[in-house]
Amino acid sequence: MEPIIRTEKLTYTYSVGTPFEKTAVKDVDLEIEPGELIGIIGHTGSGKSTLIQHFNGLIKPTSGKIYIDGQDIWDKNSCNIRDIRFKVGLVFQYPEYQIFEETVYKDIAFGPKNMGLDEKEIDRRVRETAEIVGLSEETLGKSPFELSGGQKRRVAIAGVMAMEPKVLILDEPTAGLDPKGRDLIMSRIKEFHRRTGATVLLVSHSMEDVAKFASRIIVMNKSELFCCDETPEIFKKADEISAMGLAVPQITRVFMKLRQSGLDIRTDVYTLDFAIKTLREYMLAHGKEIPHAE
Amino acid sequence: MLSDITIGQYFPGKSAVHRLDPRFKIIITAIFIVMLFSADTFAGLAIGLIFMCISYGISKIPGKLIAKSLKPIIPIIVITSILNLFFIGGASVFHIWKINITDEGLRTAAFMVIRIAALIAGSSLLTYTTSPIILTDAVEQLMEPLKKLHFPVHELAMMMTIALRFIPTLIEETDKIMAAQKARGADMDSGGLIHRAKALIPILIPLFISAFRRAEELALAMECRCYKGGEGRTKLKTLKSGGADYAAMSLSLLFLAGVFVTNAVLQ
Repeated sequence: MEPIIRTEKLTYTYSVGTPFEKTAVKDVDLEIEPGELIGIIGHTGSGKSTLIQHFNGLIKPTSGKIYIDGQDIWDKNSCNIRDIRFKVGLVFQYPEYQIFEETVYKDIAFGPKNMGLDEKEIDRRVRETAEIVGLSEETLGKSPFELSGGQKRRVAIAGVMAMEPKVLILDEPTAGLDPKGRDLIMSRIKEFHRRTGATVLLVSHSMEDVAKFASRIIVMNKSELFCCDETPEIFKKADEISAMGLAVPQITRVFMKLRQSGLDIRTDVYTLDFAIKTLREYMLAHGKEIPHAE
Repeated sequence: MLSDITIGQYFPGKSAVHRLDPRFKIIITAIFIVMLFSADTFAGLAIGLIFMCISYGISKIPGKLIAKSLKPIIPIIVITSILNLFFIGGASVFHIWKINITDEGLRTAAFMVIRIAALIAGSSLLTYTTSPIILTDAVEQLMEPLKKLHFPVHELAMMMTIALRFIPTLIEETDKIMAAQKARGADMDSGGLIHRAKALIPILIPLFISAFRRAEELALAMECRCYKGGEGRTKLKTLKSGGADYAAMSLSLLFLAGVFVTNAVLQ
C-alpha cells in the first residue's frame, strides 16, 4: 500500500542567513501508512512540532521532499496547498485559543465552510463530530467562551475533525488537562479513528500517553529522527530514550530499577497486564512461589 | 513574516554613545532639535549636520540605518519640497508655462529638506542606541517634576514598559493563531478588500481574548508581588550620570552656541 505521508531528507532551518539560524528538522526520512495510529515523541525543542507543520504545508521545507498520498505537495503544477490542509488536519497545542465564533456550532462549522461544502453536509459533519467528541446537542447552541477548559479543547478538536481529514495530527492534545479530561480526550480521539479509519498522529513528550495509544512510535531527538518502530520495539530502547530526557512510563521505570538492582528481567514493559505476566514468568523461571492473582 | 518586525529599532552595541546616560541622550537630542530649528542659514544647518555625523561616527551605527530611518518620511520630504519650490516668490530662475521657480523657492526647499532629514536621522540615533525599556526609565525620571502637578508619571512609564514588553509576545501569538486558522482552511491571501477584512475576524477575536486574558493574569501577578504604584518604589538598575555625560552635553551646547553665532554673523 502506498504510504499516506512520506518524507525524503526533510530539512528545515529557521532564519536562514541571520545570526539566529537554527536547524529544527534535519534529514528526516519517514513513511506513515494509511489508517495507522502513530505517536511522535521528543523533548521540548526536538523538532517535533516543526516536523508536523510540514505535513499540511504550513511550513515549506528548506530542502527535501514531502509526499501526501504520493503527491509532492510543493509541486506547484499538480498540487493545491489548501486541498492538502483539508486532507491533513492539524490540531495545534492549546487549540482552544483559536476559537472565535459566537456559538460552538459555528466554530466547528468554520473548517467545513472553508471547504465550500453545502449547508446540509456541514450540518451533518458538525453534529457527527460533536457526538464523537462528546458534546451534547444543547452545547452546540452555546457560546464557546462559556464552556470549561476541557470542553473548549474538545470543541477546537471537533473543528478540525469536521473537515474529515484523511490524516489527523494532534500536538499535545492533553497538555494542561487533569487525568479525567486527559482520558476523555484520548478516548474521543480513538473513537474518531475507529469510526473514520483515518490516520492519526499524536505528538507528545510523554511516552506514557503515546504507549497506550499508538501502534508505532517516532522518536525525535535534537532535530533528527532517532528511530521509528513498533511500540514494543521502542520500549526495548527505554534506557536510551530516558537518557534523552523523556519521561518513561512509571511501570517501565520500576522494571528498569529492578534490572539495575541485579535482576535478570526484561524492561520493555509498559502495560499493567504485561507487567504481571513478566513478573510471573520471572518467578517461575527462578523457582519462586507465585502469589495468587485475584 | 511577522517576526521580522523589529520594535524600537534598538541596535545593540558598546560604543560611547550607547553607554551615555539615557536622560542625557534625550536632553542632547532635544538640544540637537533646537539647533536645527534655530539655524537660519545653511552654515547653521551644517553645524547641526556635523554634530550629527560625529555622533553617528562614535556610535558605530552602520550608515545604511540612516537611510532606513529616512525611508518612511520620503513622501513628507517630497511634498514639502514641492510646496516650497512652487509657491515661494522671488527672482525667477526658471519659467515654463505657469510654473515659476524662484531662487528663494529653491533655497527654502533645500533648507527644509535638509532640516527634516536631519531631524529624523538625528533623533533615530537615540532609539538606535538605547533599548526601549531604558528609554522609558529615563523618560520617567525626566518627567519627575510633573508629579508635583499630579501627573501620573510612574503609571505612564509603567504602561509604556508593559506595552513594549508584550509586543513580541503578541506577535508570536498572532503567528500561532494564523497558523491554526490556516490549518482550518482560512484563506487570507486572496480575494478583494472586503473578503480580506472578513478573513481577519478569526485572527483578531482570539488575539483580543488572549490579550485580555494576559492583562488580567499580569495584573494579578503584579498584585501578588505587592505592586502598589510608584510610591516608595526603588530601581534595580539606577541611572548614573558621569563625566562623559556632562562632556557630551557641553559639546552639544557648544554646537548650539555655534549655530547662534552663525545666525548673528551671517545675517
